[in-house]
Amino acid sequence: MQVLKKIGLGLAAMLASLNAFADYSWNFPEPVTPMALDTLHVHNKFMLITMIIFVVVLAIMIYSIFAHRKTKGYKAVEDKPPSTAVEIFWVLVPFVILLLIDFVIMGIPAYHSVVMMEDTRDKATMVIKVTGSQWRWQYEYLDGDAQGIKFVSNLTTTADQQNNAAEKGENYLLEVDNHLVLPVGEKVRILMTASDVLHNWWVPQFGSSRVAVPGFIRETWVQVDKAGTYRGQCKELCGKGHGYMPVVVDAVPMEEYKIWAAAKKAEIAKAGEIKEMTKEDLVAQGKIVYEKNCAVCHQVNGAGLPPAFPAMTGSKVALGPVFGADGKYLKDGHMDRLLNGKGVMPAWKATLNDTEIAAVITYERQALGNAASVDPIVQPAQVKAARQ
Amino acid sequence: MSTTTVANHEEHHDHPTGIMRWLTTTNHKDIGTMYLTFSLVMFLVGGAMVLGIRAELFKPGLQLMNPDFYNQLIGVHALIMIFAALMPAATGFANWMIPLQIGAPDMALPRLNNWGFWLLPPSAILLTLPFTLALFGIGDGAISTGWTFYPPLSVQGGIGVDFAIFAVHLLGISSVMGSINIIVTLFNMRAPGMTLMKMPMFAWGWLITAFLLVATIPVLAGAVTMLLTDRHFGTHFFDAAGGGDPIMFQHLFWFFGHPEVYILLLPVWGFIPQILQTFSRKPMYGYKAQVYSLWAIGALAVVVWAHHFFTAGMPVPALLYFMYSTMAISLPLAVLFFCWIKTMWRGSMTFETPMLFAVGWIILFGIGGLTGLVLADVAADAQYHNSYFVVAHFHYTLFAGGIMGIMAGVYYWLPKMTGNMYDEKLGKWHFWLTAISFNLTFIPQFFVGLAGMPRRIPDYALQFAEFNMISSIAAFALGLSQLLFVYVIIKCVKGGKKATDKVWEGAEGLEWTLSSPPPYHSFNEQPTIK
Amino acid sequence: MATHSENQYFVPHGSIYPSILSVGLLSLASGFIFNMNQLPFGQWMMYLGAAIIIAMTFKWMGTVITESLTGKYKNWEDRSFRVGMIVFICSEVAFFAAFFGALFYMRVLSVPDLAGYDADITPYKDFLSTWPSAGPGGVVLGTEYAVPKYTAMGPWGLPAINTALLLTSGATITWAHWALIKNKRTQLVLGMLATVLLGVAFLICQGMEYHHAYTELGLTLGTGAYGATFFMLTGFHGFHVTLGTIMLIVILIRCMKGHFTPEHHFGFEGVAWYWHFVDVVWLGLFIFVYWL
Ligand code: HEA
Ligand code: HEA
Ligand code: CUA
Ligand SMILES: [Cu+2]
Repeated sequence: MQVLKKIGLGLAAMLASLNAFADYSWNFPEPVTPMALDTLHVHNKFMLITMIIFVVVLAIMIYSIFAHRKTKGYKAVEDKPPSTAVEIFWVLVPFVILLLIDFVIMGIPAYHSVVMMEDTRDKATMVIKVTGSQWRWQYEYLDGDAQGIKFVSNLTTTADQQNNAAEKGENYLLEVDNHLVLPVGEKVRILMTASDVLHNWWVPQFGSSRVAVPGFIRETWVQVDKAGTYRGQCKELCGKGHGYMPVVVDAVPMEEYKIWAAAKKAEIAKAGEIKEMTKEDLVAQGKIVYEKNCAVCHQVNGAGLPPAFPAMTGSKVALGPVFGADGKYLKDGHMDRLLNGKGVMPAWKATLNDTEIAAVITYERQALGNAASVDPIVQPAQVKAARQ
Repeated sequence: MSTTTVANHEEHHDHPTGIMRWLTTTNHKDIGTMYLTFSLVMFLVGGAMVLGIRAELFKPGLQLMNPDFYNQLIGVHALIMIFAALMPAATGFANWMIPLQIGAPDMALPRLNNWGFWLLPPSAILLTLPFTLALFGIGDGAISTGWTFYPPLSVQGGIGVDFAIFAVHLLGISSVMGSINIIVTLFNMRAPGMTLMKMPMFAWGWLITAFLLVATIPVLAGAVTMLLTDRHFGTHFFDAAGGGDPIMFQHLFWFFGHPEVYILLLPVWGFIPQILQTFSRKPMYGYKAQVYSLWAIGALAVVVWAHHFFTAGMPVPALLYFMYSTMAISLPLAVLFFCWIKTMWRGSMTFETPMLFAVGWIILFGIGGLTGLVLADVAADAQYHNSYFVVAHFHYTLFAGGIMGIMAGVYYWLPKMTGNMYDEKLGKWHFWLTAISFNLTFIPQFFVGLAGMPRRIPDYALQFAEFNMISSIAAFALGLSQLLFVYVIIKCVKGGKKATDKVWEGAEGLEWTLSSPPPYHSFNEQPTIK
Repeated sequence: MATHSENQYFVPHGSIYPSILSVGLLSLASGFIFNMNQLPFGQWMMYLGAAIIIAMTFKWMGTVITESLTGKYKNWEDRSFRVGMIVFICSEVAFFAAFFGALFYMRVLSVPDLAGYDADITPYKDFLSTWPSAGPGGVVLGTEYAVPKYTAMGPWGLPAINTALLLTSGATITWAHWALIKNKRTQLVLGMLATVLLGVAFLICQGMEYHHAYTELGLTLGTGAYGATFFMLTGFHGFHVTLGTIMLIVILIRCMKGHFTPEHHFGFEGVAWYWHFVDVVWLGLFIFVYWL
């Protein structure tokens, strides 16, 4: 029977796969923060207890199933409710055991874990702000050596890999361009917020996960005690890109962290400075920005996914005027749309810098089958002005 | 007092035939049959959708669908399975069996009863129509927020959300009407001498279910109404800028959503003990204890909702309160488990298909329940939350605890309903195939969840590949096994060995005193219980 | 449960109304959805649906009335209706509870939270936790929400009058009920008439209040937490009052036709209960929405 064959196959695959796994994939991945360690302990202990309960309950039942069969000529026995004090005592014993399990053996450790988990400030040596937006994470260092550093981290897995057109890399769907870098052994207080819908910042090996709520600030903390690169994912359904906004964290020793911070600052300063650019440079850089940020919805070729995600090719916004007669950008014009977004279209003013916005606008007006005659190109300076 | 004539049926025996019979019927058995048939069909539809899901998850990479369509499938799968498959099945049994079990001529409010059913097909249409509309370029498909409607995503979403909102409204009206009818029937139609504490356990399960429905469904209706006004009429219930809060929706939703999971199982907890006692040939153990436990569960159900969003950020006292109260639910359930097993203990058991399902149900629901208890631990839930561990948990409770429980009921009562015995051999095959392929489908999901795979993603990292492949293969096996189920039912309806009135040697209760199938008008003579 | 005075339970013959009624609801719902999403034919589907619903409700209720007049319903059936009505009203209470819940949540939790962040991290510099509140303002899914200028609705104008109106109507309907029991036709009709008029008066005042809010106070559905809860709560209450008034009118007509006997008048009582429920909800509104 083919159903059985299928099941057989399944079993075979299961057995075959056992040794294909590193042992931790049967349980939480190796914990690297105090909190993850704690949750792992809680989990193991709890699993053990429930396992025991399950086996005990099961054993009794199985025994009964085999012992008390009609086919064995077993006659049903009239059972009477517990009457004597002794009997009642024995009925209450399991109940008390359960009370103990729920509220003492499990309840007390759980209490301490919760308190530890929610204590985000005490002994925290630095603060970072994590902002979730469709569909990328944005990181900002609020104090310490890296103060002022602010960047977006985008998925780097190529579309070809996702469409099975290319070999999948080992970190398939768990790789980004800019990693979040944290110093080892420091307690980091994390402020969590979102710019559009709910997201959830989660790294399994950190054991901390918090929902990012737009307009609100939630807090959590991590203290990575082991240097290394850790990967996680967004854990709250946030639209079509939900599966594509991974979290990647590099935990490095303090001195390395200081060096990184200095380098990053310089890099950002350079990217931020405004200079006149040629159309070619703008289009070239715009292509990169577009494919990183916009292609998810508007597609690499600009065809979009109508009706939800309009096509870029031939779009009124992309071909119409950007600036009015007074030189200010027009409401619902190309600049307005990029800076402030509309509906499903996110606002990019916080996410991209002047040069990137100028570049991507120009790209959308001059490539993807478009050749806008009015305001053909937009210069970083104009974006800077538009921000005022 | 002696037995008394109670039926004053207007239509005597000239009730319409053909489609009109079903459209107009006020007969509790006809309505019950419609509920059960509808439930089976929708189970297949919801299952077909999930087969699409499992096929997509068969291996990493996007094979069949774009992510947005995937999100639509999971949400509609869930809504259909819960609201259009599981709940109608329970209501179908209620309509069929409650009047028979309490010796009533019919349900108390027959026309309302008929309305309750006929609200379901329109809601099913509302749920699935967007898929079709999208084919004609209208809108962008069904609701893509999962079954939980969380804003702001649902505020951002397309026309599918509106359809889902109104589907929920109609389903809600239907459930409330059904509950009113059942409460009234149980309070007002019991045979002389049948005190509340003599009611069959199934009736008790449903009474508490009905109370929960009346208390929580309207809250859901309110919540989705606020969602609608946020979407189209400029209110700010769920956004910070206006002083609202997206998390408020989660509170409202789960105030309904958690009781809902007991709404789904209380009827099952009602008739499983009846099955156990029938096939153990001895009265169920601890009737009183079970009734009180059901009440305790009903009461706890409405005060633990926030365990569904521990990670959304709550003050420590709130976290602790919701954790401990949630854990407390395991105590009444422990009592139930104890009574169920004590009922079997030293009985004289035989294992026809209903008993097989009942016993398998105890084991599998036990797994679902115990994992639920683990989820209640705030600290560990930071890891479990929205991972496949949760998905596995609630399929052990919903599919094993819910659907497989219902299946036990189907095999138990089918002979009574149709007058024919089902094919015992095929029934046993169906049980074993279902049980095995079910576990192969969902056990891997526990591990893949622990390893860190989030739910609601159409594509996943490579280290999750093996487990997902097993799960997908098994899911298709599970699906095919259900086709066997359909076949057994049809075969039984068509004919087969005639069933006796009592059907099962150990059967107790009024429904077994009537002929199989029962007369069109159940009790023209209302029996008296001493 | 044993003894029934009569032991004939009335099981009506089949009826097509329920299924057609559902079709009406489907049509109304889909029409509404089409409308909200700027799709064609929305209106017409809504009109059609509404027409069907109204027609079926009247047909259905019509049958019920005939049945009751032809003495099909005795105490046993009567008890079913009573329990049913009570449970139904409970579900209505739960529905309003959701909106009161939202009100309390915003007043007690979300608004204070938003105002409560430390100065160094707060996105809302000078937003204070007060009630009424329209929120701190900001960008919602890409569209700017600027906190509107508005004045809150004070309790002691129209709302106080409305409270008086409803409370009186509660009294008059009870007065009518006494009359019914004592079989005093004229007092019965007068009492019902008064109740209906009070109900209508309430609705008129409510209408004026809304007009006032929109035109003069700048208070709209879009006025943040306060506007949303204010209009949704009072709005749904007003909707229920409207339904109640319609039912009262039907009952009034039936009273004039002399449908009710001192022993058998569930129709009357059911509507009376409903009216008292609407009354109580209003008290809740007056205290928590207008006053405190
Ligand atoms: C019928 C459905 C059903 C049932 C019965 C349950 C039962 C329980 N559930 Fe489950 N649950 C769901 C359906 C159900 N659940 C669904 C659908 C979701 C996900 C929703 C979504 O997000 O989409 C969910 C999610 C869910 C969560 C949120 C997880 C997360 O998203 O982070 C939690 C957390 O506490 C939880 C807990 C529980 C508990 C404590 C029980 C208890 O009732 C279990 C009680 C039973 C037992 C404890 C086992 C039997 C008892 C014994 C054998 C005796 C001895 C045992 C002890 C005393 C230890 N459930
Ligand atoms: C009663 C409730 C119920 C039931 C019975 C099921 C049944 C099943 N569910 Fe479902 N499921 C949910 C409730 C339920 N589910 C909920 C609440 C969610 C959460 C959704 C969300 O995240 O919002 C969910 C989500 C969910 C997911 C997670 C999706 C994701 O998060 O990305 C998965 C993945 O494997 C899954 C699998 C299955 C499988 C394999 C079955 C199988 O048991 C199904 C077996 C039955 C069949 C396969 C039908 C057989 C029919 C045929 C083969 C013939 C078809 C032909 C015709 C239609 C004529 N379900
Ligand atoms: Cu962001 Cu999911
Ligand atoms: Cu729950």
